[in-house]
Amino acid sequence: MDGYRPEDGLMKPDKEVGIVGYGAYVPRYRLPATAVSQMWTDGEGGTPIKEKAVNGLDEDVITMSVEAARNTLLRAQINPQHIRAVWIGSESHPYAVKPSSTIVAEAIGAVPNTLGADWEFACKAGTEAMQAAMGVVGSGMARYAMSIGMDTAQGRPGDALEYTAAAGGAAVLIGPAAESVAIINGSYSYVTDTPDFWRRAHATYPSHGDRFTGEPAYFKHVTTAARAMMEAMGTTSADYDWAVFHQPNAKFPQRAAQELGFSAEQIAPGLLSPRIGNTYSGSSIIGLTAILDVAQPGDRILMVSYGSGSGSDAFDLTVTERLLEVRDRAPSTETYIARRTEIDYATYTRFREKIKMN
Amino acid sequence: MEVSRHWRLNEQRYALIGETCDSCGTKLFPPRDVCLECEAPAKELYTFTGVGEIYSYTTVYEAPAGFAEYAPYTVALVKLEEGPVVTAQLTDVAKADLHIGMKVEMVTRKLRTDGSEGMIIYGYKFRPQLEMA
Ligand SMILES: [Zn+2]
Repeated sequence: MDGYRPEDGLMKPDKEVGIVGYGAYVPRYRLPATAVSQMWTDGEGGTPIKEKAVNGLDEDVITMSVEAARNTLLRAQINPQHIRAVWIGSESHPYAVKPSSTIVAEAIGAVPNTLGADWEFACKAGTEAMQAAMGVVGSGMARYAMSIGMDTAQGRPGDALEYTAAAGGAAVLIGPAAESVAIINGSYSYVTDTPDFWRRAHATYPSHGDRFTGEPAYFKHVTTAARAMMEAMGTTSADYDWAVFHQPNAKFPQRAAQELGFSAEQIAPGLLSPRIGNTYSGSSIIGLTAILDVAQPGDRILMVSYGSGSGSDAFDLTVTERLLEVRDRAPSTETYIARRTEIDYATYTRFREKIKMN
Repeated sequence: MEVSRHWRLNEQRYALIGETCDSCGTKLFPPRDVCLECEAPAKELYTFTGVGEIYSYTTVYEAPAGFAEYAPYTVALVKLEEGPVVTAQLTDVAKADLHIGMKVEMVTRKLRTDGSEGMIIYGYKFRPQLEMA
C-alpha cells in the first residue's frame, strides 16, 4: 500500500464515544433495473442491481432525514435539547443555499442551542459528519451530535448511473460510550485528489470518468482505508463479525470485501445495494443500521465509506448490551426495505420531477 | 408568499405540537390556549404521538394552485389517538387500500413548492402505519 501512515492517521477522541441511537429511512417506491434497461437498451445486457429505491413526489433529503432522525431519537430516548449539532451529509440538498439541517433540527426539537450545517463530500459526507461528531462529543464540547447521510440521487437518463442512483439513508446519534449501543474504537480517513465523479454547481446530473471509477478511485481508497484501520487497531478481517462498504452497485463492495479477506457472511446483512440501489451519502451508514438490527453484544463491525473526489472513512465499532434494549423501539431497516411498491419508468420520470436532459 | 407566517407555524406544522389542559388533561390541536372542554387556560405544550385513524377522506383531482403537481391526492380527517381531529393530506397510500378506520401515522413531507425559486414548505401528512418487519 502506498503512502498511508496509520501511526499518524488514527482518529480517536480523548473521551470514548459511540452510537447512542440510529435510524434508517428508505422511501417505498422501487424501480426495477429491468425497467431502465428496457427503456434504453431493449433489455439487452446485464443490470448492476435488482432494483433501486425512489423517493415520492413529496419527499426529499429533508423529509427523509427527519424520519431517520426521529427513529434515532426513538431508540436513544434522550432530550433533543441536549443535541449540539445536527449535520447532514448529502449531494442532493433541496436548497443550494439554506441548510437542510436547520429544518431537520427544528422538526426534531433540537433548536435553538445547536450547530446545524450541511456537509458535502460526494458519498462520504455523512461519515465525515460522524467523525466531526466524534470530535465535538469526544472533546466534551457536546454531549450528543446527530450525523445523517441521506440522498435522493440523480442519474442522467440512459446513463449507467440511472440503474443505481437511489434514495435513502440513515442517521446516527453520537454520544458518550457509556450510553452507546456501539462504541467507536477508532476511525481513519484516506483522501486524495482523484477526479472520478463530479457535478458542477448548476448541473442537474453528475459526470463521471467512466472506467476511472473502479481501480484508482473506489477500490484504492476503500481497501487502503480498511487496511490502515485494521493495522492501526491491530486487527485482521477475522476479528470482525460484520463489515460494510460503500455500495455504488452490488459488485464493488463484494469484490472489496473479498480482497480484504471478508466472507460473504460477514457482509451479508449490510449489503443492501441489490435491493435499494446506491443511496450515495446514505449507503454505508444505512448498511451499518441493518447490521445493528441483527448484531449481538460484543460483535465487532468494520465500516468503510467512499466518496468520489476521493476519500474513504473507516470506523471500527464494538456492539454493547444496550443495543438489545433499544433496537425494537423504532422500525428496523428491513421494515423500510420490505415496504415496497414497484413503479414503471413513466411513474419514475414523474417522481423525479420530469426529465431534464441538460 | 408571506415567509414570516410560515416561520411562526413551524413548531406545530413540523412536529404536531399542540397543548394540554392543566385542569382536565384534554389535548388540543391546533393550539388555541383555552381548553375546549372546560374553558380553563391550556398553555402547556404537548407533542402528539402522531398516531390516529382515518375518520373520513376525499380524493382531490382538481388541485388548487401550488398543489397541482401532487394531484390526485387524498385529504383526510384524521382522529388522533389523543382525541383531536386534524385535516391533512395522506401520502404513501394506494387508493385501493384506503378505508375509514385505517391506522395512520404522522410524517413530515413537502406540502408545496413556491415555484422553482421560492420556498419549499414542509409539514405533516399521514401515511398508513408501518408494518414492522
Ligand atoms: Zn380542560
